[in-house]
Amino acid sequence: MSGRLPSAAPDPGTQNASSPAPVRTPARRGPTWRFKAEILTAIGLVAAPFVLPLLGAAPDTVNRILVWGLFGIGFDILFGYTGLLSFGQSALYGTGGMVAAYLLTRAGFPHVVTALFIGMIVATAVGYLVGLIALRRTGIYFAMITVAIAEVFYFAEFNPLSAWTGGENGLPGVPTPSFNLGFTTFKFHTGWSLYPFMAFWYFIGIVIALRIVRSPVGAVLRAIRENPLRAAAVGHSIHGYKLAAFVIAAAYAGFAGGLLGVMQGFMPPDAFMFDTSGQLVIQTAIGGIGTLFGPLLGAAVWLFLQDFLQATLKLGATWKLVLGLIFVLLVCFLRNGIIGGVRDLVAYLRHRATGEAEAEAAPAFSDEAFDEDKPAAAKHTVATHATRSRAREFKGPILKATALTKRYGGIVANEDIDFSVDAGELRGIIGPNGAGKSTFFKMLTCEVAPTSGRIEFEGRDITGMDVTEVCQLGLTKSYQVNQLFNKLTVRENITIAALADLRGPFKLDMLRTVSRIPGLEEQVQHTLELVNLVGRRDAPVSQLAYGEKRRLEVGLALASSPTLLLLDEPLAGMSPQERVETVKLLKSIRQGRTMIVIDHDMDALFELAERITVLQEGRVLVEGTPDEIKGNAKVQEAYLGGVHEAIAP
Amino acid sequence: MISWANFVSQLFNGLALGALLALISSGLTIIYGALGVLNLAHGAMFMLGGYAGYVAYSYTGSFVVAVITGALFLFIVGVVLERVVIRHFYKRPPEDQLLVTFGLAICFVETVRFFFESLSKTVPPPKIFAGITNLGFMFYPTYRLAVVGIVAVALLALFLMLYKTRLGLIVRAGIEDSVMVDSLGLNVDRVFMVVFGIGAMAAGFAGIVNAPVVSLAPDMGEAILVQTFVVVVIGGVGSFPGAILGGLIAGEIISLTSMVNPGYSYVMLFAAMTLVLVLRPHGLLGVRGRE
Repeated sequence: MSGRLPSAAPDPGTQNASSPAPVRTPARRGPTWRFKAEILTAIGLVAAPFVLPLLGAAPDTVNRILVWGLFGIGFDILFGYTGLLSFGQSALYGTGGMVAAYLLTRAGFPHVVTALFIGMIVATAVGYLVGLIALRRTGIYFAMITVAIAEVFYFAEFNPLSAWTGGENGLPGVPTPSFNLGFTTFKFHTGWSLYPFMAFWYFIGIVIALRIVRSPVGAVLRAIRENPLRAAAVGHSIHGYKLAAFVIAAAYAGFAGGLLGVMQGFMPPDAFMFDTSGQLVIQTAIGGIGTLFGPLLGAAVWLFLQDFLQATLKLGATWKLVLGLIFVLLVCFLRNGIIGGVRDLVAYLRHRATGEAEAEAAPAFSDEAFDEDKPAAAKHTVATHATRSRAREFKGPILKATALTKRYGGIVANEDIDFSVDAGELRGIIGPNGAGKSTFFKMLTCEVAPTSGRIEFEGRDITGMDVTEVCQLGLTKSYQVNQLFNKLTVRENITIAALADLRGPFKLDMLRTVSRIPGLEEQVQHTLELVNLVGRRDAPVSQLAYGEKRRLEVGLALASSPTLLLLDEPLAGMSPQERVETVKLLKSIRQGRTMIVIDHDMDALFELAERITVLQEGRVLVEGTPDEIKGNAKVQEAYLGGVHEAIAP
Repeated sequence: MISWANFVSQLFNGLALGALLALISSGLTIIYGALGVLNLAHGAMFMLGGYAGYVAYSYTGSFVVAVITGALFLFIVGVVLERVVIRHFYKRPPEDQLLVTFGLAICFVETVRFFFESLSKTVPPPKIFAGITNLGFMFYPTYRLAVVGIVAVALLALFLMLYKTRLGLIVRAGIEDSVMVDSLGLNVDRVFMVVFGIGAMAAGFAGIVNAPVVSLAPDMGEAILVQTFVVVVIGGVGSFPGAILGGLIAGEIISLTSMVNPGYSYVMLFAAMTLVLVLRPHGLLGVRGRE
């Protein structure tokens, strides 16, 4: 990295690296900037019929690209944003198209746009039902189930439903739209005269999609893609959001299917074919996954290449082999498609320009924020927020576990643990490796269900609840192994956790901008200050140092304003210097909340905790003040007798 | 009209189809179980096996040579594919593995279409299994009975490989806990290559064995792939016994529904899959290991 420009402006993220000045959010940029994508899309769509013919594009091809592009917007929200790869979108595309076409041909329905919307609504309803089944599993199961479901629709269209769908003949005679405005009638026919109609709906589709991805729902969808486990653990009901993404994709597919029939004047049965789903997947991957515009670009590349290979190079049916090879190479070497490739290139060039400036400007660690007095203001605001949002002050044992037992087959991880922590306490848990500490924490946060026993939080039985519900009640933990949203920035990570606190487990505020949520910005900013990541707020997780990731891990748990915070080895793998800083951090965040900390660093725990519980072989060995534990013969026996760890004097 | 003989004959058809599905699904499921890769090109490999056998048959006229060629060719394809493409995808997200194997499937199908065009090809059954057999109460094509036997032998071989060899032990351990196997210092690299080859070979073998029953077409793999998915979801991913049970269930559902109305066979198959997903989300014999 030697060819940098000395005059390059510093990266915006590093400008106020260690100053506590209020943060400017992107949303505060001018309206023109905010709606850049929308404006550019509008300009592009208006310019297309004047520019594209010069490139030799046929109007039917352009209209077809718009249909694929619209179809793909929904798919991209499902795959690119939520990480759910469906190979069954053809079912919903076909359903929407067939319903609209049936209404317009056999049922004699007069109004095209209404028919399109009815088709979309039916596809959405079908999508909801399909989603309920397919989302019972994730990952590759989801892909397999969607393939199977789509195949059912294909066969249903051909046989049982052929009386309505025309079977293998499809439904011919779908009319093009016309609008009678009283004084004049707009009639759209084929080719360029139909283009404005198509372009209008594509534009509406992209505007809505852009709002969705900028909404809190969009943020949660990305979190699910990056780390579904953590998204649930910070308090989001991820099943609901996944279903929402599936239904959104179904709506787009249904409407695009209707447009296909209108465009061709004929609703083809092959809309239902596996090939349709496959082509959509390929086009999205070619254009760029997670970009919304990828499918449009991919469809353009696909259709132009098809024309070019077939007509110009006279390859005949071999065109598909060539495209297949291109696709395989693309997946191997250019995972993020054309848009992603260009973006990476720009980022790389920009990084070359500013790379070293950034390295100098970003301090590895600023001590400032951890001065005992300085962050006091932030400390108290967050503390008050935590109590305010819960609106209650709990006294006595905030957490109580009775006879808690967990067995994995014949192996007993925890046996008959009785455990109680008072509100406001900071409890340490120690024990040799394999003592069952992490399993114990997982049961307390309801990540794993105990084999037997009972857990009470603030006097309420939480034994059968799931991790999301418990987090919403104000009990969460930071993980032993970092569970972050890796492709998102520090700020986005914290935002996702804060959103669960401010919005509850599930809310479909899809048209609201994230920054408009009251209290969000303050909560994110305070959390960043607490974990001293203000200067790194715009850095993606992948660029963080290990200690920073560790602090972000704690920050994710903090941002959901827990009243009871569990920390699983917050000091693990840290350098001595980082340990000192993190102990300071832990001291500063205990204001207004109860904490339980597992760690192997006994010096740190003895300094922090009021009481210590020692676990050994899945049971409570002894419990007491640090001094009692230090002098306890059984504890020394447990450590020195069996395992290689020495107890601190 | 559903007669008794018709019913039994459909039952046998279901058995033959089920046995084939069981074999193909076993290939898919051990690849997935051991490597964590869902091979969307598996259906295309089934098709490739059929065509490779067809080529061997048209040169030699021997069915045995055709079967050996179909199986071996796919073993080689599998090994080469694993070395050149798949192994770069172990550390990438599962979606990437789906995308790349889906792309490979297209390449296979279109390559075959390029060489053989879309006309369907047939391979006649070997002489000893030609004709029909009198079962006493009905007549039944001899070769379909033979398919059940041939596939049963292949499944037995797979079973022995999985449960009686060192390789099989590693594969089963990998299905249970892949992280642990990686950390044991075993040469999993070569194991993965062989497993992918064997999985592909199972599909290719099924492809050529099925060729006398259903004529070959370049896109025949697609329907098989979908059925295989249902089999695996019903039986449980990564479970060899699950693949066999799921295969037989799926074969009988398709066959018996076809007797009443072929149009509904997929709907019934899907209904069965949904039922299993609702009642036992991990499949009838599935383990919780891989997800």
